Amino acid sequence: MTQATMNGLTTRTAQLAFTVNGRPVTVDVRPSAFLADVLREQLGLTGVKIGCNEAECGICTVLVDGMPVNSCIYPALKANGARVETIEGLACDGQLHPLQQAFIEQGAVQCGFCTPGLIMTAKALLDANPHPSDDDIKHALKDTYCRCTGYVSVIAAIKQAAGQNGHLTLPETRPALNVVGKPLPRPDAIAKVTGAAKYTDDYTFPDMLHACTLRAGIPHARIVRIETSKAKALPGVVAVLTHEDVPGAKNHGLVYQDWPVLCYDKVRYVGDAVAIVAAETREIAEQALRLIEVEYEPLPVVDDPVTALSPDAPKVHAQGNLLKHIHVEKGDIEHGFAEADVIVEGEYETATTEHAFLEPECAIGRLTDDGRIEVYVGSQIPYADRKQIAAALGVPESQVRVIGTLIGGGFGGKEDIAGQIHVALLARATGRPVKMLYRRSESLIFHPKRHAVKFKLKVGAKRDGTFTAMRIELWGDTGAYASLGDKVMTRAATHASGPYEVPHVKIDCYAAYTNNVPAGAFRGFGVTQSCFAIESAIDELAHKLNLNPIEIRRKNALRVGSTTNTGALIRESCGLLECIEKVEGALKHDLSQVEGCGGAPWVFRRPDKPDCVYAWGFAAAYKNTGLGGGANDCSTVEVEAFGDGSVEVRTSAAEIGQGLVAVLASIAAEELGLPYTQVHVLLSDTDLTPDGGPTTASRQTYVTGNAARLASIKLRQQLAAVAAEMLDAPAESLTFREGQVRAGDRAISFAEVVQQAHAEGQSTRLSHLYEAPKTQPLGTGGDMHVAFSYAAQAALVEVNERTGEVACLKVISATDVGRAINPLALQGQIDGGIVMCIGNALTEEFIQEKGIPYTNRLARYKMPSIRHTPEIVSFIVEDPAADGPYGAKGVGEISSIPTTPAITNAIYTATGVRVRRLPVDQDWLLQAMKRRHQTHTS
Amino acid sequence: MPETLEEAVRLLAAYDGRARAVGGGTDYFVDEAHQPAPEVLVDVTRIAGLRRIWEQDGYIVIGCGASHAQIVASPVVQAHGTALVEACGQIGGPQVRNVATLAGNIAHALPAADGSIALLALDGEALVAWAEAGALIQAWRPLTQLFRGPGQSAIDSTRQVLAAVRFRARAAMEGSAFARVMRPQGVALPIMGLAVRVRLGDDGVIADARIALGPVAPTPFRARRTEDFLRSRQPDALTLREATNTLLSETHPRTSPHRATAEYRREVIPVLFEEAIGKALQRAGAKVAA
Repeated sequence: MTQATMNGLTTRTAQLAFTVNGRPVTVDVRPSAFLADVLREQLGLTGVKIGCNEAECGICTVLVDGMPVNSCIYPALKANGARVETIEGLACDGQLHPLQQAFIEQGAVQCGFCTPGLIMTAKALLDANPHPSDDDIKHALKDTYCRCTGYVSVIAAIKQAAGQNGHLTLPETRPALNVVGKPLPRPDAIAKVTGAAKYTDDYTFPDMLHACTLRAGIPHARIVRIETSKAKALPGVVAVLTHEDVPGAKNHGLVYQDWPVLCYDKVRYVGDAVAIVAAETREIAEQALRLIEVEYEPLPVVDDPVTALSPDAPKVHAQGNLLKHIHVEKGDIEHGFAEADVIVEGEYETATTEHAFLEPECAIGRLTDDGRIEVYVGSQIPYADRKQIAAALGVPESQVRVIGTLIGGGFGGKEDIAGQIHVALLARATGRPVKMLYRRSESLIFHPKRHAVKFKLKVGAKRDGTFTAMRIELWGDTGAYASLGDKVMTRAATHASGPYEVPHVKIDCYAAYTNNVPAGAFRGFGVTQSCFAIESAIDELAHKLNLNPIEIRRKNALRVGSTTNTGALIRESCGLLECIEKVEGALKHDLSQVEGCGGAPWVFRRPDKPDCVYAWGFAAAYKNTGLGGGANDCSTVEVEAFGDGSVEVRTSAAEIGQGLVAVLASIAAEELGLPYTQVHVLLSDTDLTPDGGPTTASRQTYVTGNAARLASIKLRQQLAAVAAEMLDAPAESLTFREGQVRAGDRAISFAEVVQQAHAEGQSTRLSHLYEAPKTQPLGTGGDMHVAFSYAAQAALVEVNERTGEVACLKVISATDVGRAINPLALQGQIDGGIVMCIGNALTEEFIQEKGIPYTNRLARYKMPSIRHTPEIVSFIVEDPAADGPYGAKGVGEISSIPTTPAITNAIYTATGVRVRRLPVDQDWLLQAMKRRHQTHTS
Repeated sequence: MPETLEEAVRLLAAYDGRARAVGGGTDYFVDEAHQPAPEVLVDVTRIAGLRRIWEQDGYIVIGCGASHAQIVASPVVQAHGTALVEACGQIGGPQVRNVATLAGNIAHALPAADGSIALLALDGEALVAWAEAGALIQAWRPLTQLFRGPGQSAIDSTRQVLAAVRFRARAAMEGSAFARVMRPQGVALPIMGLAVRVRLGDDGVIADARIALGPVAPTPFRARRTEDFLRSRQPDALTLREATNTLLSETHPRTSPHRATAEYRREVIPVLFEEAIGKALQRAGAKVAA
């Protein structure tokens, strides 16, 4: 052991000598250091990612003497003398490892944060077993999580790398244009498979401080006193800030500014920020938190949205607990029920769920030489961050620059402010760069979740299945702060009667404040919840009427000419019937293969599994594209052509793994007649890229895609005028293809045209502001949304009748996306959405008790692992949206909506038990099956 | 990171309660709050001679440095302690199994620990080592004596090292098996785990049986009444049915919040028992269909 001095502080160190990626390395480490920290911080191998610090997610996997280990909890000194391999050592002489190549080609790279862990785990598998079966792969990767891909492409990639038939069987789509419609690998994938890709925590700056946040720890209390002097006196602490140090706006918030930057009068949930500390090391900052004394006067806690709205409930906010009452009405509900031959009533409940993006929140703030503030952050809405940072600091927005880094998954969970404002405040207070990285345990209790919603439904239909009326009430738990609760619950309400034409509808939805962790945006945006409720009720109706569950949906499905429950007329791009037909066809085929099933009943058994029953369930869904409801939905894209023939597309829109970079590159390449690889995409720097608007509401392909298309067309027209002179041909007659501009059989290169334009003094950099077609607010009866995507899915489940265990074995999916811009990226969205929605049905629940999160570790939140991946049969329906780019509309959310009710409806088919609360609890299910059995046999 | 057992126990003694022995650390390092935090951790996974699995005096011995992955891959354990292989193979993913040790699992003393339950059914013993007046003392203790309560071990990890575990080599006509049920939501701990070892006599009757399960009590539980019941009986359907009833009558699972209800646990005990004893009987060479 030796003593070392760092930043004036003395620490004990020990020597670690080992081989890293074939290179001998000797380094002094703290005896308590973990391998991941040494690799990342001391050796700069930031391809090693840390997702949880609890050996749960597996993405920190490196190989020690060929064995995969979780480096986040592997004591560094244990690696003394060992041979360590990280993702950085995989590529050899610039040649990618077959796994890296296969991950790119199979589309197994989305946000990329888990990619190094997946590849390293897979490498250990292939080193030991060069020809693994699907089961071997699932066994080896069971504890290496990925939240984007749904693992389908991961399995295919590993098989490809093993020299097996890596099946790149993408669903059939319309013939491709030059670029658009082709399954091209993502331009950002290479950096993600080599470990070069940089996420926020991968950046460091000289003299950087580390910051931590003091969280309330109690769900509701008045703050009596905050005492920071002991913390400030701790050696190594540079700043301790409280609400008194917030010079500008005391609150932030995307829609309602109700969320304190640092709490001043009360704390309203466990994760509320009370004080922030910047110190020389993270350990010191954490120690300082324990020295801050806060005196609270506890207040009564309200933890349920229904109770919250009772008159005597404790008030979370002074104005009361009702954030928003949303009312949707069409026709005359009494009349509708009077016409019904059969009525089904039921109550349903969904759980609070967690995004579990694998990259915990991180932000870095620093001052520039000219006194401006720079904030590095992986955010879904960079311009909203800039606005909120500037407001809190009390400075003009021109003084703030938000630099978007790569984002390790978002799913809606990185729309609100996390540490952005805090690091800006601390950077200003200290004059030094400040990094704030949340631990997983902090991320879990802090950021907004998917709303838990309670439903009361009453659905009426005629004997032939025609819906006559729907009365639906919803109570959404929006937690302590509004976040996007108003918008989410509005979407939940307007989609609550499903993708059907219903003549008489009355919906009342209440978004209520509670002392739970806030709820906000999460893939599906409220529709995931309401789809479960309505599709369950419709299934019940079908069984009651003895109708085929597909038939009843087909009869009522929205189609061109239908009017939605908000009074909007569907004029075009409604592929729901086609989705239903595709799934029905594949399901019939599947059932015809089952012996003794005869294709008719959706339930069967297998002789080799006597304890299990198998059954299919069906569900349909729709989801709006774009903000809608009258919001000004626009995006600006800048394109610049360079003299070398390349083009850069710039916008502040987030690549959260969904494939926006690939989509924008495809569109620009298409319109400018360039090879896809000639287009570079620069995202999310508020100084360098114009505002693309929020990455939410499945809107980026449509809105920013259109902006990119129109900007590229403008640039092409400008260059055509230049080329027309050069080729002596009319500009309209020119074609742009494969980097050439052609007039008949004469051609010049795109680069030459750009050079000529520059020589003429023209700028080849221009931008386009695209405004989506105007929408109307709820209640006006007009077009609330620019487009809807549709989906139908059937799910096959296995239910173990002796243990209640449920597995989803197969999903048949059909999705109307308008147009597949990149079928490879599209399939990634669909696979990932389906598997996430399996989690929503079967495994995921963020548990809180009286405002205290029980789920304060990842080990207490089970998201689907590779072992949950079902067989997925996917169909793409392309009913084009007139205003979408090439007809495209949103896809990010729709795939992740109908899977849950398809599964729970299948459970009903299998067992006769109707699931009314998510997630399905095997304990409850087993006992419900037993009770049902007793009633039926007594 | 001591290289001999002697060094390890002397280190612990020298720190007089302020140091703590740790194995793979896959449980230990996950828990953020250790109060009071030990000053020094003594990693016992690098002790020469204890990183392996060997046969000695009719026993299979597993050193405290041996990982779950080593156990699963060990032909010796596969041949003699199938239940242990099945239990260790289900713990975590490869990253955890490559690091986590069985000795650490046992020292952690969780009532639902898969490895502990399997080893209990194998009549396992643990070698406890400590320093007395600078001298290394070692003693084999039956596993049953090591557990005091949930997470409470009779081993004081600030002074003692669980140096190895062992179980008797498999006798003729003997077989073992392990089965468990997990919960897909909430906690990453099993709802119920159960291990069985049976030995058949020449006449085909059950000569001896061991049944361990958890969590049904504060510590991993031996179902002694059911074991007694099975002895000298034909392994037929009737015996198994009655044994299941005995097992249910002597186990009293609790409801653990976010994990399982007592009712559910009572439902799955028979399922796991049937599965495990069926496999164990088959492995013992019984002719009856499981």
